[in-house]
This record gives sequence, structure tokens and C-alpha cells, in this order.
Amino acid sequence: MVPLNWYLMLSAAVFSIGVFGFLTRRNIIIMFMSVELMLNAVNISLVAFSHYLQDLRGQVLVFFIVTVAAAEAAIGLAIIIALFRNKATAHVDDMNEMKG
Amino acid sequence: MNYYLLIPFLPLAAFLINILFGKSLLKENAHWVAILAVAGSWVISVATLIDVTGGKTLNQDLYTWVSSGGFKASVGFLIDPLTAVMLIVVTTCSTLIHIYSTGYMHGDNGYYRFFSYLSLFTFCMLMLVMANNFLQLYFGWEGVGLCSYFLIGYYFNKKSASDAGKKAFIVNRFGDFGFGIGIFMIFLTFGNIYYEPVFSQAGAFATKTVNFLGYDVHLMTLIALLLFCGSIGKSAQMPLHVWLPDAMEGPTPVSALIHAATMVTAGVFLVARCSPIFSLSETALMVVALTGAITSLFAATIGLVQNDLKRIIAYSTVSQLGYMFLACGVGAYTAGVFHLYTHAFFKALLFLCAGSVMHAMSGELDIQKMGGLKKHMPVTYATMLIASFSIAGVPGLAGFFSKDEILWLAYSGPSPVGKFVWLIGTFVAFLTAFYSFRLIFLTFHGTFRGTHEQEHHLHESPKSMTIPLMLLCIGAIASGWVGIPPLLHGGAHFTEFMKPVLGHPEGHGTHAEEWMVMAISVAVGLSGIGLAWFMYVKRRDIPVKLAEQFSGFHKILFNKYYVDELYSLIIVRPTIWIAKNVLIGVTDARIIEAIVNGVPAAIGGFSRQLRKVQTGFLHHYAIIMAAGALIIMGLMLMRSW
Repeated sequence: MVPLNWYLMLSAAVFSIGVFGFLTRRNIIIMFMSVELMLNAVNISLVAFSHYLQDLRGQVLVFFIVTVAAAEAAIGLAIIIALFRNKATAHVDDMNEMKG
Repeated sequence: MNYYLLIPFLPLAAFLINILFGKSLLKENAHWVAILAVAGSWVISVATLIDVTGGKTLNQDLYTWVSSGGFKASVGFLIDPLTAVMLIVVTTCSTLIHIYSTGYMHGDNGYYRFFSYLSLFTFCMLMLVMANNFLQLYFGWEGVGLCSYFLIGYYFNKKSASDAGKKAFIVNRFGDFGFGIGIFMIFLTFGNIYYEPVFSQAGAFATKTVNFLGYDVHLMTLIALLLFCGSIGKSAQMPLHVWLPDAMEGPTPVSALIHAATMVTAGVFLVARCSPIFSLSETALMVVALTGAITSLFAATIGLVQNDLKRIIAYSTVSQLGYMFLACGVGAYTAGVFHLYTHAFFKALLFLCAGSVMHAMSGELDIQKMGGLKKHMPVTYATMLIASFSIAGVPGLAGFFSKDEILWLAYSGPSPVGKFVWLIGTFVAFLTAFYSFRLIFLTFHGTFRGTHEQEHHLHESPKSMTIPLMLLCIGAIASGWVGIPPLLHGGAHFTEFMKPVLGHPEGHGTHAEEWMVMAISVAVGLSGIGLAWFMYVKRRDIPVKLAEQFSGFHKILFNKYYVDELYSLIIVRPTIWIAKNVLIGVTDARIIEAIVNGVPAAIGGFSRQLRKVQTGFLHHYAIIMAAGALIIMGLMLMRSW
């Protein structure tokens, strides 16, 4: 039986990779993937706790997150494609028109 | 009893009708509403006078106006002999002057406006005299002041007229400030502002003193003098007399009604109404008597040399108002009110005659450019002559009886300054007779000195103007007959009638002294007329020579003792200087504008800096978010330790 700690450590590792990727990379697709990594890291810990506490509510929440992530991915990718068509680049430093 | 209440409310209704519908519907018929209303008030006033003569009085609250804690004021009416006489004076003069105005103001653009203001004035004046408490008195007092302002500035596109209106209003503020504080003092002292409890309890405070600016001041003196401040302003006494001559910029019927017969006598009415308070303070009475005496002398001397027809009569009004205060100051309130009542008729008549002359002269007011109008306007001449005889104190006419009573009571009364003010009063009687007849002789006698065109235009005024003149003339002759002294086998009915309100003036002297006082006042009156005749009919060269010989004195009198210039120097110009340099220059520009403009500028500056945080770079936002999350996590960890 895999102890809870291992799952949490895996979750933390995946989350940290996501944060690191989001902060350091400039390619918008990679940043988008990093966000997905962070979401799924949370999903791992939710499922682990759900199993550990024998409480199904955690898994219900995971389904919501997966649903939202799917929607977000669809819309996010659509936006990125639209951006790419206009700017011919996927580099976020070239997308800084929205400022005060 | 309730039909008395219609007296003030008829003119109010007329005002509302005229101001709302005058411009669009009534137009040239606006006078009908106003005249019907005021004539109705007159009829009820006469009925009221008859009731009051029969011994009836009324003190009734109609409507609670203010009720707050211990303070209560209401719209309430007090009908007693003093009110009844004032009602007759106000409504009679008002009715006749309304009728006169239909002729005088004919064809004026603001016809309906003029009549609505006259109605409003009549309403306020009636509220003033019928009040049974000080707050309503104050309401009427300010109301008539407002109407005075409206009507002086009636020809508002004429700068001098609108300036005169402002001057009247502002000068009156000085007096009303004291009057207002006087009413506060009454409330603080008595806990009440109704006449009846205040006057009945006044005796209990006769010796009380209060601390005022570090001095112990006799309370009743303080209250009386504060109330008298209001009188000084409203009745144009020294040193606040400057507004009344300028008020002659208004239409002549207004001068007759407001600035001669009714409103300006409100100050005398106030002193008479508050006689229970004034009587408790010898100092206050002395101040009243001396103010009156000095003002009457001062105004009469100015009147000697003026050339403006209406201003001479205005100074005469100031002088006669001084006479009334002189009477009140020596304790002869009945004589003061008696003079108020007779004066209203002959002074209104003088003004209306002046208006009639102006009408004929196409607005010319300089008496040096008139002369010989006698044959062109016989009715005006005859009525003005009678009014002048009346004011000069020719025996048998109204002015004689009231003036004689004042002089006799000043001479014989208990007042410490009585003899002194009698002396001044007698001298003023001489001056009054002189300048009144200087006016008559220069205007109506001799040869015409105006332009040829003006002479061609001379005509008697229409019936609507001459009939009120004739009616007022009856008042100028006969109104004094109700107060013929016992010495002349009269009943002194007026004094008896007033006795319950104003008390009986004390006069101690022999019949011989009384004859002497009367003889002197008649003699000075007649010699004044005689001297005027000699100087302005017989020897036309004397006035010119006198003016040359005493050119300095003549100049001082002609320039009204430079009082206006003095006020301009010490009050008006410093005030304007402060307004420009301190209020506009510092307070407004530096303080108020600094706050008003500074606050938005600071917000704008801050937001300009804050805008820079929004860079548009996604990773800046990401780092800030991560840092924020880290800080929150750090704080939570520290908390859990």
C-alpha cells in the first residue's frame, strides 16, 4: 500500500514543476501546459485524500476540476490560435498591449 | 370675531392671484384684484375700529407655527386700540395709493408686478401690526423690508434704483441684527415671546442686571436698546438714516406708501408696542428721545438746501420720524402714535402731490427748474398747500394737534432731557415750516424755469390721481380732530382710546405754560412760512447771497453732512477691500480653490503612478501572484507555530 505522503510529495513536485514552468518559460503554449500541470497536481492530492479519508466528495471535486480544465483548455487554445494568427508569434513578451 | 383674520389675508390672496396670473391673464386689469382686496381690508378695519372703540379686544392664536421644547410661536392676532389705529392708517393709505397708482403707473410694463408687490407689502405690514408675538412681528418686519427692496428697485434696469434697493436692504440688516438679538434676549429672560406674558412680567425684572462683555448691564435697558436698533434701521434714524433718501428711486406711490406713511413708522410702532419694556429703563428712553431729537434736527437742516423734490420730502419724513421717537422717548407714546397717524395722511399726500408734479414735468425732479405750476395744476397745488400747512403746524389742521401734543409733553413730562428736546423740537418745527414752503414757493409760485417743451406739456393729472389726493387731503385736515387737547375744549379722545395699551403720559404744568408752548410752536411755524415766502417769493436774491456768504456751511448741508461719503470711507470701501483681497484673494483663491482643485490633482497623480504597475507583461503578473501566494503561505505557517 502506497502511503499518503508519497502521493502528496508527487503532487507537490508536479505543482512546483508547473509553477516553475509558468514563471520561467515565455512560450504561451508551454505556460498553458504548466497551468494544466498545476491543476492536475491538485487533482492528485484530492484523490489521495479522498481515498485516505474514505470520503467520495474529494473525487467529486476532481470531476469538476477535470470538466473545468477541459473547457478552459478548449477556450484557452482557441484564444492562443487567434492570437497566433494575428501576431504570428507564441512569445508572451510580444503580447503586452494591455497595459495602463 | 374671526372676520378680523380676513384683514391680512385678502391682500395675500390678491398678491398670489396677481403674481401667478397677472402676466398672462390680468395684464392691464391687475389693479382690480389688488384694489378690491385692500378696500375689503379697509372696510373690515373700520368695522374692527368700531368694535375696539366699543371695548372689544382680541388675542387669538390661529396656527402653531413653531413648537420646539419650551419655545412656542404661532401665527396669532392681537387686536387692541394700538393695532386698530395702525390698521386704519395702513389700509386707508394703502387703498388710496392703490387707486392713485392706477393713474400713475398706467402703461408701465410691470403693471401687474407693481400691484402684486403692493399687495404683498400690505399683507406683511398688516401681519406686523396685528402680531401677538415677537416672531410674527419679526416676520412682518422682514417682509415689509423685502417688499421695500423690491419696490425701490422696481425700475431694475436703472443702476441707481437697484443700488438704492440694495442700500436700503443692507443698511436695514445692521438694525435688524440688534432687533433679532433683542428678541433672543426676551426669550432668554422670559422664556416666552408672546406680548401678553412678556409685558405683564416685565416689571418683575425691572432691577435685574446681566453680565454683558464684562460689565453689569441693566437687563431691561439692554433689551430696549437692542429692540430700538431695529427701529433705528427701519425708521431711518441716525446713524442708519442714509437709505431713506435714496429709496426715492422707487416709483412715487411706493415712496408715499412705504417710505412715508406706513413701513418706516413700524419703528415707532415697535417702541410704542414695547412701551412696558422701554418704560422700565430711563436710559433707554433717553437714548430714544435724543436719537429722535438729533435726527429730526439733522434731517431738517439737510432738507433746507436740497433741490430734489422727492428728497426734500424724504428728509422731512426722516425729521418727522425723529419727532415721533422724541415723543416716545419722553414717555409720551400716545403722542408719538398720534403723530404717526396724522403724519401718515399729510406725508402720503405730499408724496402723491410730488408724484403728480413729476407726472406733469415728465419725470423732472429739480425744483429749481419748476415754478408757476399753480395755474396748470390747481388741484395738486391746493392739496399740497394744505398738506404743507398741516406739516408746518398751522392751527386746526392735523399736524398742529399732534405736534403740539408732542412739544407740550416733552416740555412738561418727567424726562430729564425733556426741556432740551422740546427746544430742539421747536426749532425743528420752524425749519420744517421753512423748507416745506420753500418747496411750495419754488414749485408752484413765480415763473416757470424749465424748458419750453416742458412748459407746453404741463397738465393736471387724471381723475384717478386727483381723487385720492382730495381724499387724503380730508385726512390731512381732519385726522387730528380726534385728539384735540382739553385746553382747546377738546376731548383728547385719542389719548383716552390709547390709554389701556400705552398708559397715560404724565405732564405737569399750568395752563399758562401750555398756552405758551402752543403759542411758540404756532409762532415758529408761521414765521417759518413767512421767512420762506420772503426769501423765495419776495426777494429771490437772498438765498443765493446766503449760499455764497456761508458757502462752507451750505456745502456741508447740500452734501448731507457727508455721511454717505463717511460711510463709504469707513464701511463700504474697507468691506469691498476685504472682499476683494481677503475673501476672493486668499480665502477663495488660496484655500477653497486649493482644496477643490488639490484633492482631484492628488488622486490623479497617485493613479498615474499606480498605472505603471499594470505593465502588460504576463510574467510580471505571474510573479506578483506567486509572491503574494508565498507571503500568505509564510504568514499562515508563522501563525501555526
